[in-house]
Amino acid sequence: MEKELNGKAFVFSKNIDTDQIYPGRYLAETLPENIGRHAMKGADQEFIRQVQPGDIIVAGTNFGCGSSREHAAIALKASGISVVLAESFGRIFYRNGINLGLPLIVVPGITAQVETGHQLSVIVETGWIVNQTTGKQIKGDQISEYMFTILDGGGIKNLIHKQYQ
Amino acid sequence: MHALEKILAKAADKGIVEAGEIVNCKVDMAGINDLYLQTLHSFYEMGGEKVFSPEKTIVFLDHYAPASAIDQAGNQKKFREFCWSQGIKKLMDINQGVCHQIMADKGYSKPGQLIVITDSHTTTHGAFGAFSTGVGATDLAIILRTGSLWFRVPKIIRIHLTGRPPKGVFAKDIILHIIGELGADFAVYKGIEFTGPVLQMLTVSERMALCNMTTEMGAKASYIQPDEVTRKFLGDKGVCDYQIFETDTNYRYDEVLTFETTHLMPQLAIPHSVDNVAPLSEHVGQPIDQAFLGTCTGGRVQDLSVAAQILKGRRIDPRCRLVVVPASKQVLLEAIEKGYIHTLVKAGATMVTPGCSACLGTHEGIISKGEVCIASSSRNFPGRMGHVKGEIFLASPASVAASALNARITDPSQYLD
Repeated sequence: MEKELNGKAFVFSKNIDTDQIYPGRYLAETLPENIGRHAMKGADQEFIRQVQPGDIIVAGTNFGCGSSREHAAIALKASGISVVLAESFGRIFYRNGINLGLPLIVVPGITAQVETGHQLSVIVETGWIVNQTTGKQIKGDQISEYMFTILDGGGIKNLIHKQYQ
Repeated sequence: MHALEKILAKAADKGIVEAGEIVNCKVDMAGINDLYLQTLHSFYEMGGEKVFSPEKTIVFLDHYAPASAIDQAGNQKKFREFCWSQGIKKLMDINQGVCHQIMADKGYSKPGQLIVITDSHTTTHGAFGAFSTGVGATDLAIILRTGSLWFRVPKIIRIHLTGRPPKGVFAKDIILHIIGELGADFAVYKGIEFTGPVLQMLTVSERMALCNMTTEMGAKASYIQPDEVTRKFLGDKGVCDYQIFETDTNYRYDEVLTFETTHLMPQLAIPHSVDNVAPLSEHVGQPIDQAFLGTCTGGRVQDLSVAAQILKGRRIDPRCRLVVVPASKQVLLEAIEKGYIHTLVKAGATMVTPGCSACLGTHEGIISKGEVCIASSSRNFPGRMGHVKGEIFLASPASVAASALNARITDPSQYLD
């Protein structure tokens, strides 16, 4: 995982559920490249046409609430999203994202400090964020050591595979 | 320790666990749904060959029961082949129903168990005194590979229910009211225990509805202390091999909240979030295009029974469809035997296969742009049951049935004895 992630922000409101991140009608898809084509379709139809590799989702509280579908985290990762910064996360989505190696950082009050299109730099290990557009620094919660080990190992599948080799 | 902590401690082979601690726990029952073929992909990507414990693995073909598209059929075929090749005998095929109801029907939901299923509403089994929680595909694959999974021990909130709910007010109304008061993220990462005199008035069916919906507050697990009601339910199924844990008297809850139910009225969750709750009376007369009765939240025998009571000898308004999905095969059989299905179909209901059906917008009752649905299911997110411009009002099974009669949102009390 890169030490510093840089990308353009897409800002969403609170309670963005997994049906909005990945609508139920596409759940029979199993390949990440196909899943990625439907990312955020229930919240913003234009998102998938605008997102670039490395871009960052910023959201209010309870991002990823609702269904257990791992497709939501797979879709964001496959669409090129490098990190999600939210005021809080739905718990199953949080586990899914970390397991897949998608960094998720809790950042209290971030939606008041970032607008869609702002350029952000993020240090995942410390939770420090710089809004390059406004020049302001923002402090997110530091990710726990346990979660960081999973992210740093490229996701939990790699770690379990190694453990059993 | 709390009973939920004691379950985790036992599963982790530890004497004591504390909130916030991460523990690796042996899982008693691991369930996979047909939506998540990723589980098998992740299992193989982790070098999996043989499932750690086929006896503790259960596969549910419930979300696409029966398949309505070629890719769904293909995923289900792969699950069947996986079960046969792995010696997994608990393959719950498309004729069985929704995972959570099957778990209850077959006596797999038991006190003291650690139950993990790839479905967010797995909190349901707290109604039996289990620690039960939903996970994603890769987490479940870890259990298939290793038999265990890591958990962060949650803080527990106690919700104390007092009073006596009036006629027309059911467990669904109580939990909608609580979610409306507390918010959709109130219990994220936490457990919720229900206590209080109201529980003595609630059947297992209604306790399951309460625990099922704690997911909509973000809860990781729920809990109701097993009592005579639980023991009788399990005893009638011949289930007696379980351990009941009790919370220590000096356990400190994260919060204790009391809800008085005597003056509660029927409730609705308004589009488009489950915590956007109002008394049903504020929306009486709202036209509806579909009434949806069923699912793991509101499709049990008791739910079909109250709907049949309301619709007996009456006909639904032809401007509205009434889609009925019994939660399981056993529910369907019992409802047939008791005559509820006859009553519902005569009143104009459309019956669909026991399973998840239109609840998650995949098949069997999807709504169009601009259509309004009143549902006994769990979620009213944008696009949840079909078009993103469709509207879903969540209510009790009784309110759903009463609304179908008039093609308008209706208070069920007037139709109940």
